[in-house]
Amino acid sequence: MQPIQLGFLDYAILIIYVGFVVAIGFLLRRYMKSSSDFLTSGRSIPTWVTGLAFISANLGALELVGMAASGAKYGIVTCHFYWVGAIPAMVFLAVFMMPFYYGSKARSVPEYLKMRFDERVRALNSIAFAVMTVFASGISMNALAKLLNQLLGWNYHAALWICSGVVLLYVLKGGLTSAIYTEVLQFFMIVLGFAPVVYLGLKDVGGWNAMTNVLHGVATNPAALHLKEAGTTYAPNAWTSAWAPLLGGPSANPLGVNWFAMVFGLGFVLSFGYWCTNFLVVQRAMAARNMTAARNTPLVAAVPKMLFPALVILPGMIALAMTATPDKDYRIPPPIISDEVYAKAAEVVKSAGAMDSTAALKAVSDAIGKKMDGPKVAALIKDAGTLDDAAIKKGLYNAVAEYDYDGVILSLVKKYCPTGLLGLALTALLASFMSGMAGNVTAFNTVWTYDLYQAYIAPKKSDQHYFWMGQFATIMGIVVSIACAYFARQYNNAMDIIQLVFGFVNAPLFATFLLGMFWARCTGTGAFVGLFAGIGGSTVFHALTTTTSNVDAAGQVINGMKGGYLGVLSKFPSEMAQNYWLATFAFLVCLSLTLIISLATKRTKTNEELKGLVYSLTPKLKDTEQNFLLRPAVLGTILLIACVILNIIFW
Amino acid sequence: MGLDIRWPIGLMFSLIGAMLTITGLITNSNAEMYQRSLGKNVDLWWGLVLVVFGAFMLIMAMLGSKPSTGSQPDSGQKPGQPGNPPQK
Repeated sequence: MQPIQLGFLDYAILIIYVGFVVAIGFLLRRYMKSSSDFLTSGRSIPTWVTGLAFISANLGALELVGMAASGAKYGIVTCHFYWVGAIPAMVFLAVFMMPFYYGSKARSVPEYLKMRFDERVRALNSIAFAVMTVFASGISMNALAKLLNQLLGWNYHAALWICSGVVLLYVLKGGLTSAIYTEVLQFFMIVLGFAPVVYLGLKDVGGWNAMTNVLHGVATNPAALHLKEAGTTYAPNAWTSAWAPLLGGPSANPLGVNWFAMVFGLGFVLSFGYWCTNFLVVQRAMAARNMTAARNTPLVAAVPKMLFPALVILPGMIALAMTATPDKDYRIPPPIISDEVYAKAAEVVKSAGAMDSTAALKAVSDAIGKKMDGPKVAALIKDAGTLDDAAIKKGLYNAVAEYDYDGVILSLVKKYCPTGLLGLALTALLASFMSGMAGNVTAFNTVWTYDLYQAYIAPKKSDQHYFWMGQFATIMGIVVSIACAYFARQYNNAMDIIQLVFGFVNAPLFATFLLGMFWARCTGTGAFVGLFAGIGGSTVFHALTTTTSNVDAAGQVINGMKGGYLGVLSKFPSEMAQNYWLATFAFLVCLSLTLIISLATKRTKTNEELKGLVYSLTPKLKDTEQNFLLRPAVLGTILLIACVILNIIFW
Repeated sequence: MGLDIRWPIGLMFSLIGAMLTITGLITNSNAEMYQRSLGKNVDLWWGLVLVVFGAFMLIMAMLGSKPSTGSQPDSGQKPGQPGNPPQK
C-alpha cells in the first residue's frame, strides 16, 4: 500500500547507471561522421555485442512486467512465448533470412522489400512500421510512468520526461552504436538486478518443489483465489507443466488455447512474423561487422532468450504460490485504490456488524468499488471492534478479490530488497525500459530517414543532410512517443483500438517475406495485394468471431472491441485463442492471394536483379572456412535441440 | 567502433558492487534491515558477485585491447574483415 522508500544508496546506484549510459553516448560521439555511422553503425560491431543488444531491445519494461503477470495468470505455459514463440524463429532468421538482409546491403527491412518487390510494398511496410513504433513506444512509456507513480510515488510527468531525456541524450550523441552498446550494459543490469529477487522469492516459498506443490492446489480450485469463475477446475499440473495442459484442450489450461493454435498461430505465424521481419530486432543483426557475425547475432541472442523464463516468468509463479500460502503475508497486489477509499470502507466495516453477511459484503464491496472475498470480509467485520484503523485497512487490502498482475514484479522487489539491492532492482527495471525505448527510437529514425524522407520527401540530398535528418528524427521520435504516452493515458480505449489495428497489419506480414525470399516468381503486385488482403482478412475475421465470455445469455455481443460486431460465426474460449486463429487466417489469406496474383501477373524483376535477394537465385554461402561448431546452421541445430530438451523437462 | 563496451560495463559493475559490499559490511549487524531478505546480508553477497563480474569484464577488456592477441570472445571471428562481399 505504501510507496517504496528509496535510500541514498538506491539513488546513488540509479545515478551511476544514468551517468554511464550517457557517458557511452558522449564517448561515441566522435565516431559519428556520416548518416550511416549514425543510423546503421557502419556495420562494425562484434557478434556478442549485437547478439545481446538484439535480445535487450526486445526486452522492454512491458515485457518484463507483462511476463511476470502472465506467469502468475497462466504458469509455465507462458514459457511458450519464449520456447515456441521465439527460438525457432530466431534460428530461422539466422540461418535462412539473414543472408538476404545482410547480403543485399539494404539499410532497413523496408529497403529490402523495395529491392525485392517495388516501392509500393516498401511504402506500406515503412509507414506502418514507423507509426507502430512510436505508438508502441508511447504505450510502454505510459505504462512505466504509471507504475513508477503508483509504486514509488514518483511524479508521472517527471518520470516520463526524465527517462525519455536520458534516452534522447545518448541516442542523439552516439546513434545506433550507442543504443546497441548501452543495450548490452542494460542486459547485464537486468539480469544481475532481478536475479537476487527471484532467488530470495524462491527461497522464501520453500524452493521449486514446494512452489509446484502449492500451485497444484491452486490449479484444482482456482476459484478459491478468485482467479477463475467458481466451479472451474484444472488438472493439478495446469500451472506447472508446459505441454500437458495444452494437450487437454482449451478448457484444460488457464490460457484457454489448444496446442495447435499455440504451435501454428503463435509459434509459426506470429513469432516468425515478429522475429524475422521486425526491423527493431533485425536492425541489431544488420549492424554486425560481417556476414557470419550478422547470422550469429540471433543465435547468440537465443541462448539468454531460452533461459529468460527463469528470470521473468518464475517471479509470477512465485507470487501466485505466495498468495496461496496465507502465513507468508503476501498477496499479488490489488488494483490501486486510494487511501480515502480504504478509510471510507473501514468505516463501513465498523458499522456493518448489525447487517446480515450478504448485505454487509455488498456494502463493503460498494465502498471499495471492487469484488471482495466473502469469508475475509466477514472475518474482518467480526473482529472490527478489536482492530485499529490501520489493521482494518490492511484487512481490506487483503480481501480485495481482484488482482493487478502488472504489479507482481515491483511488489516482490518491495518485499525482498533492503536498501542497496532495491536500487539495483529498480535500476534494472529502468534499464529494461530504456533499452526498449532506445530500440524503438533507433529503428524509427532509420526507417524515417532512409525509407520515407530520402525515398519520398527529399531524395538526392547530401549525406550530411540525411545525417542531420537522422538526428532530427531521433528528437521527433521521442517527442511524438511522449505525446503518444499522454494520449494513451487520456484515451485508453482509443489505444486499445490502435493496438488491435496493429495486430491486423502484422498478422499477414510473414507470408509476404516467406514468398519473397524463397520464390523468385513472386511479383510486387502479388505481394502488395496479398498484404492488403491479409490485413482485410484479419479485420473481417475479427468482425465475425469473438470469445465465449464476450457473448451474453441472449447471444448478443457485449464488447465490440473483442470482435463479433458484424455477427458471430465462431466463438473462441479466450482472446489469446482468437488472436492466434486470426493470425493463422490472415497468413493463409495473404499466402494464397500472393501466390495466385503472382502467377497471374508478369514479373517485373529479372533473375539477375533478384540475385542476393531470393534463395534459389543466390549462390549458397560457404561456411567451410569456419570452425564446424561455429557455423550458423550447426549452432542453430544445437539451440533447437536444447530448446526441445527444455520443453521435455517441463512437459 | 573505437569503444570497447567491456570497459564501461566492467567499471560500472565494479563500482556498484563495491558500494553494495561496503554497505553490506557496515550494516552487517543490522538485523532489522535484512529481515526482508530472509535474514541474509544480500547487499554484501550480491555486491561481491557484482565486483567479481565487473572485474571479469575489465580483465577481458584488457586482454582484448592488447594488439595482436586476437583473443576476442566474439565467436572466433577473424578481426578486420569489414564489408564482406555480398553473397559470395
